Amino acid sequence: MLSPLILVTAVLNGLMTGAVYALVALGLTLIYGVLHIINFAHGAMLSAALFAAFFAYQKFGLDPYLAVFLIAPLFFALGYALQRFVIGPSSHGDDRNMLLVTLGLAVFIENALLYAFRANTRTIDLPYGFKSIDLGFTFLAMPRVISFAAVFIVALALWLIMTLTDTGKAIRAVAKEKLGAELAGIDVAHIYAMTFGLGTACVAIAACLLIPTYYATPGAGNAFVLVAFTIVVLGGMGSVPGALIGGLVIGVVESLAGFFFGESLGQVGIFLIFIVVLLVRPRGLFGASA
Amino acid sequence: MKGPAPIAIAVAALAAVPLVVHSNVVLNFLVVALLIALAGQGWNIIGGYGGQYSFGHAAFFGTGAYATAILQVHYGVNAWLGFAAGIAAGAAAGAIIGALAFRAGLRSSYFALVTLAFAEVLRILASVAPITGAGVGLLIKLDLRPQSLQFQSRVAFYFVILALVAVALVIAHLIERSRFGTWLIAVRENEDAAMALGVNAFRVKLAAMVVSAAITAAAGCFYAQYFLFVDSGIAYGTWISIEALLTPIIGGVGTVLGPLVGALAAKALGEGAKYVAGDAPGLDLMIYGAMLVLVIAFAPRGLVGAFNDMRQRLFGSTMKARPPLKEAAHG
Repeated sequence: MLSPLILVTAVLNGLMTGAVYALVALGLTLIYGVLHIINFAHGAMLSAALFAAFFAYQKFGLDPYLAVFLIAPLFFALGYALQRFVIGPSSHGDDRNMLLVTLGLAVFIENALLYAFRANTRTIDLPYGFKSIDLGFTFLAMPRVISFAAVFIVALALWLIMTLTDTGKAIRAVAKEKLGAELAGIDVAHIYAMTFGLGTACVAIAACLLIPTYYATPGAGNAFVLVAFTIVVLGGMGSVPGALIGGLVIGVVESLAGFFFGESLGQVGIFLIFIVVLLVRPRGLFGASA
Repeated sequence: MKGPAPIAIAVAALAAVPLVVHSNVVLNFLVVALLIALAGQGWNIIGGYGGQYSFGHAAFFGTGAYATAILQVHYGVNAWLGFAAGIAAGAAAGAIIGALAFRAGLRSSYFALVTLAFAEVLRILASVAPITGAGVGLLIKLDLRPQSLQFQSRVAFYFVILALVAVALVIAHLIERSRFGTWLIAVRENEDAAMALGVNAFRVKLAAMVVSAAITAAAGCFYAQYFLFVDSGIAYGTWISIEALLTPIIGGVGTVLGPLVGALAAKALGEGAKYVAGDAPGLDLMIYGAMLVLVIAFAPRGLVGAFNDMRQRLFGSTMKARPPLKEAAHG
């Protein structure tokens, strides 16, 4: 029969998947908190970053955990440029246009990847990819433990950026009161782009943490981002602790639901949570105001 | 471009095509373009006139397609009846999703998300439920007789979809001219102000959603009838959600002819690219994505809007141009 140890293992695995979900959601919620739009290009960026991490290893033998120091700044710059020179100017300051532009970018990036690399699944074999940690009653895959720890380091770093640096203060000022920040001499277009860059860097880091145990396909990012939408809504749009806790909760829910009802129905469970939260409490559990 | 004349001209011009062109390739292209135009016209009612941008119109397209197919395959219902039932099922889905979303007061990003989520839930359910054929999909039996709504020649199918598009154009035109349309546009421009003037925003949006869903569902019913096959990735896939919003935005959001113009332009460009670069997966959608960004950047009122601006500049018409959508409000 069902042993509690199997359940504990399922919960632990859920927490580790959840940590990566949380990182993707963190980028999404950061952008929402400041720009007040859902970035529909988030998933496509994650797919692009997965390909970047894959090719860094395959072409240059660069370990994903080292490549992250290259890919994250690269995607930060990419995100900055996209917001500053594409999304910002082309949406004429209208939220609905911004939403559509990010959707257009998502469709473009995802299909450009499909056109360039086809739908083949690409994986890498790391020498330590199958190493695991023995907890006495169960084993945990090494790369997943590393990514679990790394997510909290990234969250801490992000928190330090937001509280200690001038840019961080400016980002928080713009999120709270855009017009006031503008009057105080803050370059809002620049801050928007910085925020978008940081959010994009989050998915780039997530991609480097994922690639040792996951795969790169043009649509790979979407699976995570649909879940990240749920987390962001659950945790409250724009709330950083909400994204972290929401990510872990959803990871565990998915793992347990998959365990009891099978994989695809586990997914339905997540979407139903999503719809119920949207309809009943759109502010989320930690959100200040809708 | 006001009044019913442009609609009559557009429909007459399209009706004349089979008299001149006999190529099956061209006819097939037009049937698919009109199918997308129909789905887009549905989106245009709630998105264009109502300002509620749905990212999940696949929910209605798929419900229409599945309802038509299921009734015929499992219950032996006549295809024409199945078609009507499919439209009704789509309208019902629109009423349920609309009532839930608007009752919860979801707007902008939240509305986009909840519609997307409903479409995804339906897609996953359809991919496992036995009644939808699960992963295999549903094949409608080949029966090339008009009473089964199947035809030997593509021309007949072409006239069916053209008639559906014509009806949708007339519906959009009537809405635009009606008091209901004025309420809807008022809600789009400023919901709070409209409510202060006594417009029941919830009922107006809900009614628009039902009409919108019914039209998009009709496109789904036609899809099932034309291709005689439906599966979860086709019916509830994100491709149709994207094309349904892409066509009115490219053509001219909140205009009667926008979806038709947008669908023809987008499909022509997509097929043209395939012709030049060879058929490769992703190419046409890549172009659609780029088009969406470019149109919003350089022609926020779409091709119809750009055409009107040009005509005005050339002929100096005294008709006042509508102000660009919301541009001034946010600065």
